[in-house]
Amino acid sequence: MRWHLLQIAVKFHELFKTLLTIRYMKKMPSLFQTVLFVCTVAVSAMMTSVSHAALEIEISGGNAQQLPIAIVPFNQDAVKNQENIANIISADLRRSGMFRVLETAGVASKPSAMSQVKYSDWASLQAQAIAVGKIEALPGNRLKVSFQLGDVLKQTQLADMDYNITPSQLRMTAHKIADVIYQKLTGESAIFASRIAYINKSKGRYALQVADADGVNPQTVVSSNEPIISPAWSPDGTKIAYVSFEKKKPIIFVQSLMTGQRITLASFKGNNSAPAWSPDGSKLAIVLTHAANSQLYLINADGSGLRQLTKSNAIDTEPVWSPDAKWVYFSSDRGGSPQIYKVSSIGGDAQRVTFDGPYNLSPRFSPDGKSLAMIRNDGGRYRVALQNLATGQVQILSEGNQDESPSFAPNGRVLLYATRTAGRGALAAVSADGRVKQRLSESGGDIREPAWGPLLN
Amino acid sequence: MNKGMFNKKVLGALVLAALLSACKSTPMTDKPAGVQDKSPAGASTQSSANGSADTSGVKEVVIDSNANNGNNPLKDPNNILSKRNIYFDFDSDAVKAEFRPLVEAHAKYLLANSNAKVVLQGNTDERGTREYNVSLGQRRAVAVKKSLNLLGVQDKQIETVSLGEEKATANCADEACNQQNRRVDVVYEND
Repeated sequence: MRWHLLQIAVKFHELFKTLLTIRYMKKMPSLFQTVLFVCTVAVSAMMTSVSHAALEIEISGGNAQQLPIAIVPFNQDAVKNQENIANIISADLRRSGMFRVLETAGVASKPSAMSQVKYSDWASLQAQAIAVGKIEALPGNRLKVSFQLGDVLKQTQLADMDYNITPSQLRMTAHKIADVIYQKLTGESAIFASRIAYINKSKGRYALQVADADGVNPQTVVSSNEPIISPAWSPDGTKIAYVSFEKKKPIIFVQSLMTGQRITLASFKGNNSAPAWSPDGSKLAIVLTHAANSQLYLINADGSGLRQLTKSNAIDTEPVWSPDAKWVYFSSDRGGSPQIYKVSSIGGDAQRVTFDGPYNLSPRFSPDGKSLAMIRNDGGRYRVALQNLATGQVQILSEGNQDESPSFAPNGRVLLYATRTAGRGALAAVSADGRVKQRLSESGGDIREPAWGPLLN
Repeated sequence: MNKGMFNKKVLGALVLAALLSACKSTPMTDKPAGVQDKSPAGASTQSSANGSADTSGVKEVVIDSNANNGNNPLKDPNNILSKRNIYFDFDSDAVKAEFRPLVEAHAKYLLANSNAKVVLQGNTDERGTREYNVSLGQRRAVAVKKSLNLLGVQDKQIETVSLGEEKATANCADEACNQQNRRVDVVYEND
């Protein structure tokens, strides 16, 4: 019994964690943060549409040049008890940080179609764009939503859309209209008609919830008295993979959102965790341990065809696919401290990706494959960082001390992440250029592990 | 000769008990009998805690309590087998020497009970990402497993898993609190 042989090499990352956290406990609020706070108060005061939202949203910062737009309240007598969808559209556009949504109450005319718009009214309000629309009842309990977008200066029509929907699709239709406005006026691709998933811990229970991207309509996908972590959307948005500790160890499940049906994807001896869908949704990269350290494996989406992807004596975890499916990026401490590596998705030797900073975890690809978000230990503070893969340049995007789980919006312009305030988890978002910041919080909830889903068709 | 000594002891005890009860004017109660009932139990508990290798008497107590009394040695607070937490230094996944008796006791139990199965649950403090902490906790569980392996326990009786930071005491303000979270728990299949 040679006991001394059991003493295993010292691991430095926890030492880093401890020393650096202590060193940076006393942090002065910066002028920048103070300015942001003022902006937050001002913008929050303007917002009227999210009072019933489960997740309250605060916005701070914003682009220097915000496009002034008038969103005229829709004529929606057909659905009188519903919130006017102009409010939902306005909130989406404000949240992007790229629009200044103008107060329209002072304008006497209330057009609901471009044919009724008197451009001079809106020019004097200094609007550059105007959106109008109406909702009409159709037979069979359906609704027709019409919407038009106009350029006030050129006096031209930019968009004209009709949507034939069920009443339950009204809110998502508002998000689709906001997407049309956003795409037409900014040139960016759509973002608002999407959903987010996250874990809400409340009263000792863990709920995996899905909400609209504006935090409204939270629905519980699965709840448990044991922890749930690492939700991951299938690329088509119909299923979520997650890790549940319901059997007192991490096991991966895949659950259909529509039917609630779930399969056990991986329940091997040891741990089963960190699911990551391949871009085509046919398989997942996962982490298994069997009787040793965490290693990467591939498994088909139905739980068949398990094969090992990395073989090391170190920790290999947090896999994520490159958008072209050629690479699996992951975090590993094979070089000492945790850094990000990549391995071909058909196997082979791993190559190191991050060299800057003592501690980089949780790689996430931007949808265009050009940049990599990660969690960097920045002097004891765990923050969201964004690395340009072509230049290697890194920008720290978040300002918390324990930020985690970065997740790109479908258009890559915004990152959602988990942060912590007053000992509780909350969600935050930051634009990829670092300018616009948002916080989403739920009173009494402890929210973590956000994952932004794909656009809804 | 042991028998004779035993008789003398019992006789002495009875005489002493008689004398004590005679001194008191209060009516006889169950107390003296209670004292006598307790002493064998206390003795056997002590021997099972200390004499890990000496006597066959220890084993008998264990087997009896399993079979008849439901007194599981794994749950007996006086038995080292009821100790289930192995703590780690903040910069290490090395199993510290102070936990050697605990690991040895569980190895001995697992070797003696080949049907018993144990889960080693690794845990970490809250700092770092959740998935990475699952892997860190696993490394600690594997370190304890290797200790058991070196003592002869086969892998088929052991599962190493990690709960990461999920069971950590939240919002630790100091190092003492964080240390409580850096832990492997020994959990038996039928616990």
